[in-house]
Amino acid sequence: MNFEQWKDFKKGDWQSEINVRDFIQHNYTPYEGDDSFLSGPTEKTKKLWNEVLELYKKESNSKGGVLDIDTKTISTITAHDAGYIDKDLEDIVGLQTDAPLKRAIMPFGGIRIVEKACAAYDRKVDDEVETIFHKYRKTHNDGVYSVYTPDIRAARSSHLITGLPDGYGRGRIIGDYRRVALYGIDVLIAEKQDELDVLNTDELTEEVIRSREEISEQIKALNELKEMAAKYGFDISKPASNAKEAVQWLYFGYLGAIKSQDGAAMSLGRTSTFLDIYFERDLQNGTLTEEEAQEIMDHFVMKLRLVRFLRTPEYNELFSGDPVWVTESIGGMGVDGRTLVTKNSFRLLHTLQNLGPAPEPNMTVLWSTRLPEGFKRFTTNLSIKTSSIQYENDDLMRVTLGDDYGIACCVSPMKIGKQMQFFGARANLAKTLLYAINGGRDEMTGKQVTPLFEPITSEYLDYDEVMEKFNQMMDYVAKIYIKALNAIHYMHDKYCYEAIEMALHDREIIRTMACGIAGLSVVADSLSAIKYAKVKVVRDETGLAVDYKVEGDFPKFGNDDDRVDQIAVDITKNFMNKLRKHQTYRHSKHTLSILTITSNVVYGKATGNTPDGRRAGEPFGPGANPLHGRDTSGALAVMNSIAKLPFDSAEDGISYTFSITPGTLGKTDEEKIDNLVNMLDGYFTQTGHHINVNVFDRSLLLDAMDHPEKYPQLTIRVSGYAVHFTKLTREQQLDVIHRTIHERI
Amino acid sequence: MIEEEKDLSYYAKVHSIESLGTVDGPGIRFVLFLQGCHLECKYCHNRDTWDINDGHYQSLDDIFNKIMRYKNYICPRGGVTISGGEPLLQHKFLFELFTKLKKENIHTCIDTSGMVALTDDIKKLINITDLFLLDIKHIDDEKCKDLVGRSNKLELAFARYLSDNNIPMWIRQVLIPGYTDDEQDLLKLKDFINSLKTVERVEILPYHNIGASKWKNLGLNYPLEGVRQADDNDIKRAKEILGIN
Repeated sequence: MNFEQWKDFKKGDWQSEINVRDFIQHNYTPYEGDDSFLSGPTEKTKKLWNEVLELYKKESNSKGGVLDIDTKTISTITAHDAGYIDKDLEDIVGLQTDAPLKRAIMPFGGIRIVEKACAAYDRKVDDEVETIFHKYRKTHNDGVYSVYTPDIRAARSSHLITGLPDGYGRGRIIGDYRRVALYGIDVLIAEKQDELDVLNTDELTEEVIRSREEISEQIKALNELKEMAAKYGFDISKPASNAKEAVQWLYFGYLGAIKSQDGAAMSLGRTSTFLDIYFERDLQNGTLTEEEAQEIMDHFVMKLRLVRFLRTPEYNELFSGDPVWVTESIGGMGVDGRTLVTKNSFRLLHTLQNLGPAPEPNMTVLWSTRLPEGFKRFTTNLSIKTSSIQYENDDLMRVTLGDDYGIACCVSPMKIGKQMQFFGARANLAKTLLYAINGGRDEMTGKQVTPLFEPITSEYLDYDEVMEKFNQMMDYVAKIYIKALNAIHYMHDKYCYEAIEMALHDREIIRTMACGIAGLSVVADSLSAIKYAKVKVVRDETGLAVDYKVEGDFPKFGNDDDRVDQIAVDITKNFMNKLRKHQTYRHSKHTLSILTITSNVVYGKATGNTPDGRRAGEPFGPGANPLHGRDTSGALAVMNSIAKLPFDSAEDGISYTFSITPGTLGKTDEEKIDNLVNMLDGYFTQTGHHINVNVFDRSLLLDAMDHPEKYPQLTIRVSGYAVHFTKLTREQQLDVIHRTIHERI
Repeated sequence: MIEEEKDLSYYAKVHSIESLGTVDGPGIRFVLFLQGCHLECKYCHNRDTWDINDGHYQSLDDIFNKIMRYKNYICPRGGVTISGGEPLLQHKFLFELFTKLKKENIHTCIDTSGMVALTDDIKKLINITDLFLLDIKHIDDEKCKDLVGRSNKLELAFARYLSDNNIPMWIRQVLIPGYTDDEQDLLKLKDFINSLKTVERVEILPYHNIGASKWKNLGLNYPLEGVRQADDNDIKRAKEILGIN
């Protein structure tokens, strides 16, 4: 292959095969300097951003924060006409529907959720759409419920397994949107046709048939993408010829995905260094200035900040605000030792200053102790100012994932274009422990949820007996959990296939079955209390254990105390191994995350008193965090405890949310930056996987609770992603404030 | 119960630890708070650290191993800070601990009143301490006796010794409205500081009453009840008098 659009690029394998990494490695320019080259917003950017801010205002004044819904058009890649914020001002164009912040309906995941969402915002789904989806077209949701077994239903409705993507899009698939810019659609279609040819086998097995059908869908989607771009006046059949086109082409790829899927997390990948190659070429040949380069990135990010999906209020309560997880992974090191930080990594992060802080895109810095000093200081300084960045351990992930992976959602790493996951939400391990004690009866309702197990009847809990029963109950939960996920992903592939995202993948990919756990620190503390203190059981008249009295002190997770930390490590490994015993759909590889997002509040609400003294209904710690107030040895002790959790048993990510007041981080601005850099270097050297960094005053948050209008852009990071603080429910706001904000007198 | 005799070179009475200290010395500090103090500062915000019979013994190895778990964070810019209580009451232990820490190239720092006699043992410890945070209780001896129950002679001599032996120090002054903010006193303090050669930093710590609850928890009256907390203006004024930023 050769294209005039590839002029000045260094040659490589990327020209004879689809290989974006090879293109990057041959052509990118590592940047080791500081942020002094960056430009502020242009007049055009300021004007356009002000228009967006006006739209935001209208949106937040609308019922439920939903500005408008197109209730008639079933959203597909090509369903809507072109839409603009202000056509003459936009460097980068393309909206999900024909108007900004107007939400689309995507009923292929489930019609009921769409109807419910519309009703919540005083709208009604168009009659014709309802007819189609109730009478003629089966959805993912219908499919799942037609095969769910009674034990799955019971585990689901009792909140033993929660957040399952059985009524909404599963998401967490990252298309390699860079391919659109580098190759243009025609090459990608030709490649897919070659793949079909490979699959012209002697035997048409079920597997081959499915693959052939999927690739046919992918080719169709690629053609639709061309059609969609044409509505905006662009021909993307050929590669992008300059930086502005590269951003536009890439964004069109992403736009196709978010027009056709409303997955829980619709992440972008790892694009900034790829794009830098185009920016550098234009800067070198004098066709672009730094101001113009920044303007393009600012406008691109504005588009990413406008992504909206139609969700029900319950969904928003679970996940807080209006999350999309447009996660973009930035920085990291190459396997050859060169940094993957480029000037465009800076430009992307700099949008947090040019446009102000915001939750989206979900800025994720891949941290290595070997990152250039200038970049380390730039990102940490931005963290301190905006609380809008999360960090993940590149030195840890590069070992198994190489140097072209990206993060989906909050903490899930995957090789771009070569790997996808079956998102599996999480099992409530704290509740599992209570079920172990109660023989499978629910501690809140008294209902027998699992088959009858022998309950514990002693007055005081015995560690060995509890562990034996807990193991049995975890066996049961692991089994039901994988059963449910197999059903869900079979049906999602069948009725709600992500054609455009998968078109931007290789044919042969790694699939993971991404399970998760919630309540790890509650379980560890409970078992520690049983082992090191005495725990007396309080039972009601039916013999149900409803409360626990702890006598004496016990080691608590989050204090770098091996006695309890090892319990948490063992449980993680143990539960992971139990999952591995079960066959997965499409032979996907079992993985596990320790991540709750903000659902730690909702899970806590659904879980009774626990043997560690936590009261019924109280939130769990988010992700892998210790329970609020249990850590008494300072933040680094918490980091050490969490860093002990084994990444190879939790490859889908281990989330830690860290909040600190500015004064506690250091005295001067320079000291704060130094300290945060050292903290991150230390945590990741200890093999911690992920950290959210929030720097804010408690008093500021309290004020924001009462006067949200004063803080429209106040962003905080919660368990893997950022949210507008003022969009949280009051309960979640209190959780954030009570959650250990490290503060020293 | 009679407590077992401990060799005080190898055991310390510990109050608590703070793994993330950022204001008690340069960089990130592992802060070890030792139990026991011989002063009676009226404004003390750690009243619960006074009684040497409280707290719990921890062995040298345990503490050293614990610190080593934080080496990735505290090296090379930060280090270990010993606070209290009055750390120098346990100088034998600190000498053993610092000897081990120096072998690991870990920066050592002691947060002290300096109100101890300069014995040979203390001098040995000073030699392997990279930095002192020296809290000048009061530059006026009479006022000092009233505020903390002891004369300031020892601490001023301690500061002089550090200066004469080229040991770096940060001077700290807690600013208590009506007690330590007199202009003449501050000018006197300024003269004293100027006479020292190794002062790297002077810090004004605003008095706050957050520690009052600790007195009440112990069933004690808080001696500074009703004294207002120092505010930004107080700090600004004091800094101007002292001629620091």
